[in-house]
Amino acid sequence: MSRLSSELKQVFWVIAAFGALGAVTPFFDDYTQTIITRALVFAIMAMSLDILMGYTGLRSMGHGVYFAFGAYSTAILVTKVKGVGLLTLFGAGLGLSFLVAAFLGFLAIRAVGVYFLMITLSFSMVVWGLAYRWHTVTGGDNGIAGILPPPLFGISLQNPVAFFYFTLGVFLICLGLLYLLVKSPFGKTLVGIREGEARMKMLGYNTWLHKYLAFVISGTFAGISGVLWAMLNRFIAPTDVELVTSVEALLMVALGGPATLVGPAIGAAIVMFLRYWVSTFIERWYLILGATYIITILYAREGILGKVEGLLAWRKAGREAGAAIPRVQKQPEEIRT
Amino acid sequence: MAETQPRLELEAVSKQFGGLHAVEDVNLRLREGGRHGILGPNGAGKTTLFNLITGVLPTTSGRISLFGQDVTRWPTHKRTAMGMARTFQITSLFPKLTVLDNVLLAVQGLRRMKLMMFRPLASYKDVYEKAEKLLTDVNFWHLRDQQVRNLSHGEQRQLEVVLGLASDPKVLLLDEPSAGLATGESREMADFLNSLDKDLSILIIEHDLDVLFGVVSQITVLHYGKVLLEGPSDQVRNDQQVNEIYLGKG
Ligand SMILES: Nc1ncnc2c1ncn2[C@@H]1O[C@H](COP(=O)(O)OP(=O)(O)OP(=O)(O)O)[C@@H](O)[C@H]1O
Ligand SMILES: [Mg+2]
Repeated sequence: MSRLSSELKQVFWVIAAFGALGAVTPFFDDYTQTIITRALVFAIMAMSLDILMGYTGLRSMGHGVYFAFGAYSTAILVTKVKGVGLLTLFGAGLGLSFLVAAFLGFLAIRAVGVYFLMITLSFSMVVWGLAYRWHTVTGGDNGIAGILPPPLFGISLQNPVAFFYFTLGVFLICLGLLYLLVKSPFGKTLVGIREGEARMKMLGYNTWLHKYLAFVISGTFAGISGVLWAMLNRFIAPTDVELVTSVEALLMVALGGPATLVGPAIGAAIVMFLRYWVSTFIERWYLILGATYIITILYAREGILGKVEGLLAWRKAGREAGAAIPRVQKQPEEIRT
Repeated sequence: MAETQPRLELEAVSKQFGGLHAVEDVNLRLREGGRHGILGPNGAGKTTLFNLITGVLPTTSGRISLFGQDVTRWPTHKRTAMGMARTFQITSLFPKLTVLDNVLLAVQGLRRMKLMMFRPLASYKDVYEKAEKLLTDVNFWHLRDQQVRNLSHGEQRQLEVVLGLASDPKVLLLDEPSAGLATGESREMADFLNSLDKDLSILIIEHDLDVLFGVVSQITVLHYGKVLLEGPSDQVRNDQQVNEIYLGKG
């Protein structure tokens, strides 16, 4: 079947691209390596948000929350518990994000549109406030330093290249799992809810449950990025979990291409490079961030990947013209009699 | 063996929007294999009645039973699971998805695998076969990879009905299935509805009288939310008042 083979081709290209990334990264300078690793960490966050935003159609401004729980739980465990292992850190980060998402989901899922955005935004504010004010646990303004990554099967991850490969591995596992998810029957129902929730209910779906599950899965995966972030930077402070973190995640998805998984990962790379390169030249880099967002919304609603896919499909249609003429779009008039 | 109780029963069902009595004191019974039409001018409350039956809107008062179960307070998806399906007056498909994906979503709606997360949908052969059969029955299989928004209006109306049938319902509610169709297309729609399983109970809202009288045996006439008349279609067709006011055939 041609659809299957074109999907296999896509998977092949994605694997090839990340293989290439793995091959060339050790040859870059330290700074670039760090930015690439950071981009991968945020790519996990962006992909997890894509499940909610791109596939289910729920724009969340609260993804920084899980990032914060993942990062702070890691920071606290590493600095307070001697000899804590990676498994414990990921277990704690994921478990916490899961619980927090499971709780917040109850509050948020009933809301739609801008109300959903506002509620999730308020979660972000609360968690930032906690990080900032709850000195005894979070270190407040000073943050928590000295978050050294524990070894993986005896291999030290304190070397930047080793940590890069570790992050790449975690990223690919997440990508694989999320890819399975969006190709599953459940994944298809999320798209159905985005495109027509009323119809989905009529078809027998408990859409609340599906949205809630998407919310929890999305939040849990976002927690992973927090765990990695803390170990990568070895330092965490309230500035890392500001509202801007959630907004950046939103921008990564919008920019890269919602409902494509790989698109948001590309978006993450772009935003991270903007953040760390442009900010060395331009003081107010948030202006650039905002401008990028507006340009995306105005000129590329389907994101970069969506645009590229559109162009490819268009060229293909051009080549095949004559063999199969693409159906012209007929606009059915809305008729009420 | 014939079922004894009605599949769908409305008892004194009412709906008010503020001061507006959109549906008032409506009683209705639909039995196994019953074909029941609802007639009435614009704004008579027909679609609202469907919204009450399907749980899209809560009733103000009255009781709705499906297969003898009181479902008055049930959410939509649970009523659907009892064996009910509905199509919409204004086409409400998934416009950006392909025809096949639309039908697949409809087919898996009442199957437990809809919550399966780590197995590709493409590996569920039975779901695909069911979708293929539904699409082949209406000669749509060649359109399967088209986005629904690129279909003609007539094709979309037909797909509405296909989605309604995908869960093998026992009770089917059709809200103006031939809305906006050309005369020839309406006749095809009527033939199609008549070709459906004889056991299926159908409640149909339809302005096209040829379609309506061609499909149903019993009709309820609604007027400002109230039942003006209920009876066999012949009786309604010949009713003086109905003719004067609604059919414009004096
Ligand atoms: N959700 C709602 N809120 C307020 N008023 C409503 C709502 N839905 C319907 N109405 C009103 O209830 C009345 C009945 O509307 P309904 O759509 O049921 O009519 P209908 O018989 O289906 O008409 P048509 O033939 O035009 O489809 C109308 O006056 C309509 O404006
Ligand atoms: Mg109506």
